[in-house]
Amino acid sequence: MSKSRSELSLILTGVARDPLGLMGLIIVGTIIFCALFAAWITPHDPIGMNIKDRLQGPSLTYLLGTDQLGRDTFSRVIMGGQVALKVALPAVFGAMIIGLTLGMIAGYGPKWLDNLLMLFFDTIRSFPTVMFALAVVALVGPSLQTVVFVVMATSIPTYGRVARTQTLTLRNSEFILAERSMGAGMARILGVHMLPNIIGVLAVLAAMDIPTVIALEAGLSFLGLGVKPPTPSWGALLKDGYALIRQTPWLVVGGGLPIILATLGFTFLGESLRDVVDPKLRKQR
Amino acid sequence: MSDTLLQIDNLGVDYETARGDLKALRDITFDVNRGEIVGIVGESGCGKSTLISSILRLTAPNTRFRQGEIRFKGQDLLPLSERRMRALRGEDISIVFQDPMQTHNPVLTIGQQMLDIQHRSKASKAEKRARAAKMLGAVGIPDPEARLDQFPHEFSGGMRQRIAIAMALMSEPDLLIADEPTTALDATLEVQIIERLQELQQQFDCAILFISHHLGVIAELCDRVVVMYAGAVIESGDVREIFHNPKHPYTRRLIDCDPGHIKTRARVLPTIPGEVPDLANLPEGCIFRDRCDQALPCCAHQVPPLTQLQEGHRAACWLNHEEVSA
Amino acid sequence: MLQYALRRFALAVLIVLVAVTAMFLMIRAVPGDPVQIMLGPRATPELQARLTAELALDQPIWRQLVIFYGNLLQGDLGTDVFSGRSVTNIVFQQLPHTLSLIFASILWSAALGIGLGAYAAAHPNTLIDRMTAAISVAFVAAPAFVVALLSLLIFAVNLKWFPAIGVGEGIWDKLDHLVLPAFAIGLSWVGYVARLVRASMLEVMGENHIRTARAFGISEGRIVLSYALRIAILPVVTVIGVGMGFLLSSAVFAEIVFARPGLGKLVIDSITTRNYPIVMGSVLVSTTLFVVSTALADLINAWLDPRARSEN
Repeated sequence: MSKSRSELSLILTGVARDPLGLMGLIIVGTIIFCALFAAWITPHDPIGMNIKDRLQGPSLTYLLGTDQLGRDTFSRVIMGGQVALKVALPAVFGAMIIGLTLGMIAGYGPKWLDNLLMLFFDTIRSFPTVMFALAVVALVGPSLQTVVFVVMATSIPTYGRVARTQTLTLRNSEFILAERSMGAGMARILGVHMLPNIIGVLAVLAAMDIPTVIALEAGLSFLGLGVKPPTPSWGALLKDGYALIRQTPWLVVGGGLPIILATLGFTFLGESLRDVVDPKLRKQR
Repeated sequence: MSDTLLQIDNLGVDYETARGDLKALRDITFDVNRGEIVGIVGESGCGKSTLISSILRLTAPNTRFRQGEIRFKGQDLLPLSERRMRALRGEDISIVFQDPMQTHNPVLTIGQQMLDIQHRSKASKAEKRARAAKMLGAVGIPDPEARLDQFPHEFSGGMRQRIAIAMALMSEPDLLIADEPTTALDATLEVQIIERLQELQQQFDCAILFISHHLGVIAELCDRVVVMYAGAVIESGDVREIFHNPKHPYTRRLIDCDPGHIKTRARVLPTIPGEVPDLANLPEGCIFRDRCDQALPCCAHQVPPLTQLQEGHRAACWLNHEEVSA
Repeated sequence: MLQYALRRFALAVLIVLVAVTAMFLMIRAVPGDPVQIMLGPRATPELQARLTAELALDQPIWRQLVIFYGNLLQGDLGTDVFSGRSVTNIVFQQLPHTLSLIFASILWSAALGIGLGAYAAAHPNTLIDRMTAAISVAFVAAPAFVVALLSLLIFAVNLKWFPAIGVGEGIWDKLDHLVLPAFAIGLSWVGYVARLVRASMLEVMGENHIRTARAFGISEGRIVLSYALRIAILPVVTVIGVGMGFLLSSAVFAEIVFARPGLGKLVIDSITTRNYPIVMGSVLVSTTLFVVSTALADLINAWLDPRARSEN
């Protein structure tokens, strides 16, 4: 326990030493902080309407102006961060767990199962992500759960393939062969010896995947196919902003900047994490 | 015109590293005469590679030429502009590299690459191609005309090394540097390549600087030999003289370690106990002292100079100085 | 090579088959009556009956699948419930708009990315190299639809340099309309390709055959362009093939933002009107497009790389 904790602090120190990594850490930290304490930080009710003050520019009262219903954009941006994380974290985590399981089975199991799983991965990957998302939304209707499902389904193959490659490599490594010759069972080999070696790589992948997920959620909400109004998603903000682009630029700016900042922050953090944890991965991507 | 083609004088080369300057070459002095084959022998890490890349000035960016001269046909190469240096490469001085599997560009045909290296010639494309085919024939590649259109991976390792030799000799250079050209090949191929090299050397009348850690090959091929250790020349001279009458304990150990002495081949030198000194932090006195079983008290303080013992035989060891060793 | 090509295409066909079947089953697995979902609650019983017959929904599922594939083989993707037009026609009418947008995006972003990457690799650790690296990361991270919106705001609405909506008439007008969408979609690819080329260029420049070329006095420019870049762009080909999927996705957003006709716009409009056969037809066509382009990229790669050509 204390070993893994000191390892974690070692990794964080490594990331913080890299200027881009530090920047990523600060941005991501801010976003998480805002999401956790959104209820206390938001100066106005993010869904409270005030028609009198509609479509205003930035001011001291409304830092980023207001939308067509007089809702405070700044408050909606902060609340939107919460929505983004609510989608991104479970989706990425779920995809990682499922991908890890399937990938290890493919790497360790019989050849036919490997082929079958690879075909499954290839099939999912053969759908252009947004097209797949649109097909699913068309079928089951837009909701937060749909977005989570789509994101999860489309990113399972990435984790699965990496986990499979790692398992295949480890499977023939000397220490696993030694374990096997001493009669260790499959569960023990997979769980005790392989898992810790694979999970680090997948965690880095996950960190680098979050920006894509945030962008996809925002994109679907922008199309009106993500979370439902009046939930303040960054994408929904952009949707309103797009409709009013000739009246006020502030909605597009207010919705666009946090998305760019968030993807930038997570990308910096992910890249820096990768360099610290496993420099070899740099080549694989 | 003098007989000396390449003259290396007091050459000192450092690598700038985070740990400080690595003294890769120190006080290197030897010459190569026209039409002569000179062997350079030493363990890996002794500075052979630095030496040849210095001659061609194809060194890593952190290389610093601290002192000395590399004179080719009487002209010092170190201050030459990159442009003039490039005019020399592949024209007057050619090189055959160690690993034939990685010497050629994998996505261009052999013919294309052999055409490209004739970039200075004003001949027509057909003439250049004919010349390339002729060279391939000269190094013993059957059906050369057709094989020009093949890619490197379609040739075996031995074939590729022949191609590399053909390419190096194409411009009829005055000096051919052969950097362990047979190390990556197996025994029968090695013999074939060496014999071919000998023939071609006669035919083209070029000097060869032959780098190897295989003493048998050196003995067979070379006129003179330079023994290097940890970035310095420790003995040099006529090949027979060195092999029969080595004057440095390191040379002696090298010969002793070579099974069957000269005639049979050894791929890897059996180890001499001890380690090569740290080049970033050289010890005082003789660099071989820690591994030498005949070390004298003075070896710990003073660097033995490379002294002429008889005509054409030099060694850097206090044992050859009677006033000290007595 | 031929054997490899055949095997690669067999795999592509298999993937499309599995994907299409999966999609077919997904539609049927949705709870509720598909006809009801497709037509909405206000549809007349006649219309419902017609659609049920058309989709063979009264037949067992395996027969439905057979009929579906039979139609597919004849190029029949079904009929638009509302207009009665063939879905194949509607989809293929929109496809050229999307394709021209995608190709324009690939073209400018790959050209710029390869140039930047090669330059950065030839001058490692200079200011320009570092700037390229930092900008690359930033570009890669920026989602296409946000870039599209911001460029619409800046270059079309505020500066009025480019038209905001539509595809235009005539070649120049069409190109004019293509600039902003292609910019928005391609931007992240510039960074991506630049990073890729830089890394692979640095690797290639360290290989022994480059040293050989130098030892023969071949000029540095020629070494970079015809000896190293030829090898270094190989991964770019693969990435562009795979990237077709991302580009198809980004194109959806660009088409919405710039109100351009195209596959994406068609799908979104069809979702709003619950026009099911069109959604499925478009997804099917774009998936096939993606799978084929990935396979093509692999083949081009094998063709460009003589090592891969003879290995397979």
